[in-house]
Amino acid sequence: MAAAASSALHAVGAVASAKPRSAAPAVARRRSVRVAAAAKGGPGSSGRGRMVARSAVAAKADEAAAAAGSKSGGHELLLFEALREALIEEMNLDPTVCVIGEDVGHYGGSYKVTKGLAEMFGDLRVLDTPIAENSFTGMGVGAAMKGLRPVVEGMNMGFLLLAYNQISNNCGMLHYTSGGQFKIPIVIRGPGGVGRQLGAEHSQRLESYFQSIPGLQMVACSTPYNAKGLMKAAIRSENPVVLFEHVLLYNLKEKIPDEEYICCLEEAEMVRPGEHVTILTYSRMRYHVMQAAKTLVNKGYDPEVIDIRSLKPFDLHTIGNSIKKTHRVLIVEECMRTGGIGASLRSAIIDNFWDYLDAPIMCLSSQDVPTPYASTLEDATVVQPAQIVAAVEQICQ
Amino acid sequence: MAALWLARASSQLARRAARRLPARHGSGEPTSPWFLGVVPPPALGSPAVEKSRRGFCSVRRFAGESSAAAAVDEEPENGFVASDQQAVDFPGGKVSFVAEMNFLPDSMKERINCYRVLDDDGRTISGSRFQEVSKELALKMYTEMVTLQIMDTIFYEAQRQGRISFYLTSNGEEAINIASAAALGMDDIVLPQYREPGVLLWRGFTLQEFANQCFGNKLDYGKGRQMPIHYGSNRLNYFTVSSPIATQLPHAVGAAYSLKMDKKDACAITYFGDGGTSEGDFHAALNFAAVMEAPVIFFCRNNGWAISTPTTEQFRSDGVVIRGQAYGIRGIRVDGNDALAVYSAVHAAREMAITEGRPILVEALTYRVGHHSTSDDSTKYRPVDEIEHWRTERDPISRYRKWVQGNDWWSDAEESELRSRVRKELLQAIQAAERMPKPPVTELFTDVYDKIPSNLREQEQFLRDTIMKHPADYPTDVPV
Repeated sequence: MAAAASSALHAVGAVASAKPRSAAPAVARRRSVRVAAAAKGGPGSSGRGRMVARSAVAAKADEAAAAAGSKSGGHELLLFEALREALIEEMNLDPTVCVIGEDVGHYGGSYKVTKGLAEMFGDLRVLDTPIAENSFTGMGVGAAMKGLRPVVEGMNMGFLLLAYNQISNNCGMLHYTSGGQFKIPIVIRGPGGVGRQLGAEHSQRLESYFQSIPGLQMVACSTPYNAKGLMKAAIRSENPVVLFEHVLLYNLKEKIPDEEYICCLEEAEMVRPGEHVTILTYSRMRYHVMQAAKTLVNKGYDPEVIDIRSLKPFDLHTIGNSIKKTHRVLIVEECMRTGGIGASLRSAIIDNFWDYLDAPIMCLSSQDVPTPYASTLEDATVVQPAQIVAAVEQICQ
Repeated sequence: MAALWLARASSQLARRAARRLPARHGSGEPTSPWFLGVVPPPALGSPAVEKSRRGFCSVRRFAGESSAAAAVDEEPENGFVASDQQAVDFPGGKVSFVAEMNFLPDSMKERINCYRVLDDDGRTISGSRFQEVSKELALKMYTEMVTLQIMDTIFYEAQRQGRISFYLTSNGEEAINIASAAALGMDDIVLPQYREPGVLLWRGFTLQEFANQCFGNKLDYGKGRQMPIHYGSNRLNYFTVSSPIATQLPHAVGAAYSLKMDKKDACAITYFGDGGTSEGDFHAALNFAAVMEAPVIFFCRNNGWAISTPTTEQFRSDGVVIRGQAYGIRGIRVDGNDALAVYSAVHAAREMAITEGRPILVEALTYRVGHHSTSDDSTKYRPVDEIEHWRTERDPISRYRKWVQGNDWWSDAEESELRSRVRKELLQAIQAAERMPKPPVTELFTDVYDKIPSNLREQEQFLRDTIMKHPADYPTDVPV
């Protein structure tokens, strides 16, 4: 394994985490990413010469900040630029990859993820669509069935509710109902989550609604590194993948490797190893957890923080190993209490790791209310670091 | 007159093609004082984006291959020339203005005409223009129409006998099914609703393959996962039927988009009923196809009924063809029970879709002679004599048969031979399909993803264990 390269995350109060360099140099051919069966070895055992990054094993919080800079190069960019870099690389590698969405072409996308792509690849491969989410998602399904690999952008995840029929009845289903004759290697992506006073309709957490759809895979990115890696893996996957981005994370800055790498879609990311409690989280809440972790460390706790990343299926291997070590679990999510990712994760943990638990699983979620506009109210619906600290103290009693 | 319209249409094509000026690509800087800015030169290696600016309203089109790009400077179709003093520009182009307030009427004075080649007695209408068919093709069309009709009868009966759980006939729409299929090529992608098995039949799906799907046995290409009549064949470019109405319309636009990217000499065709045109997907798909200039044929089987909803309660427009214009799509209304008319219309539509890169809307008027499905009894909502009238006097098969026999291409002896042969073949196919084992329980969990994930493996194991422990509660003819 190569020496760890350091990276610094932008001011969201996160603790810097070290990452290993990627494994193999860039290869021109596209590879398919397989859905992992329950791996018996450690997370690094997937090294068969494929470009799968080892799941990030962070050094302890106090050590990582000392690393001066990567000896091996790498380049710094913002999360939305990392997504774009992934798109450009994949579109260059494979002419069947195309982008479909509203204002993705010359406008460059509402969050600039597709900026410049239309000039590089043309109007047809970076397609501006009229406003009809169900239709352009359906169009993506039809194009995928015919052999393309579309990346469909929802301007905001909430709007993709209009595409629910196509996503559920067709996207998730047609591979199965056609007896495997037609596949749907589509990526559906967009920003979701609670932003800054965007109102209820623009603050949706669609992972709750989609998690039940058979045939779909779901991942949530949270750093420029995993954003690029997951986007590439999602495009290469033969299954339909929904990639959840977060409105507030697009401007995160990090140094990522110059070499090509992809992240495994089904793997969770170890953000901070620890001994006392397993904190499972994803997307923006990762940063609230890491902020709480600073306080917890000062108070003498040693939390293990895992960014689950793969929302469907859950990486029960990584999660299980952690629970077997700490015996206490706290889930921190942005979803609503009822029917969220936390609810399913709790259920999966109870099914599989009941005997290892020393305390009931705690879950911190948003309340079952539409997200209000007023900033004070909005802040109150999102789990804050102070609550996380209090929860850990309670679990570890 | 439809024939004249065809002639007019083709001269317009010629005019437009002539107007497509190569100079439009990456033109130099405009000199007119009221242009807002410079037209950027096209990036190297990428298709030129045409940005023409008219007054203060910029317009962007797919450069080069599009006929719409040439339309920017065109005079309005109706010949009315806007004089500069009485015109005003807005996004979308110049419009002349009038001082009088006039609302467009809700409908035109007359309904759109219907293209027809054969009269009710199977004789070609004098002066009609249609795509000629060889004797071989004409007979193949006829025999397949008969086969479809017999297949429908026998499978319907099988459902009534409890041998299959469900069936849906295409009674009365055999001409639509077979004649449209005959005008297509094997590379054209078919996205059906569910009342178009004839298209699959035409392409070579065997009676045994149909039976296997209806019985959901282990030879079914869908592996027993879908209801009967939800056929699919990637080999024959026939996308698997999905029950929700009109979801296949955006798929068709996507498939056409893919063909356009590949610059293939093929189009997509998608079928739907009159009821399907009420779905949101219909409107958005037509709109998309028009904007993207996608080579797709939207084929509407207007058979008068959406289960129990007649067209008078489905929409208030003049049928479906009139809506094409609202989206900027060329359309035609055709007699759906006239095999030659359907064949000609689809032949021409396909030609236009591919060479001009544009969508076409075809509305085929017909009648749903059968019930909506085996779960429906349509005598509850429509008169029996109406059904009888369409089943007998307006039958598309007998009408076409008269034409074929009128050419001395078919005889009564051949007719009875055909019918008994097909019937026998079907009964054998059904027997074979019924005896064939069902797919094993493993197939419950495969193809959800490309590889079976661990949670599904666990669920499969759990199911197997349960079956082992309680075999009496599970069917014996499903291999574990």
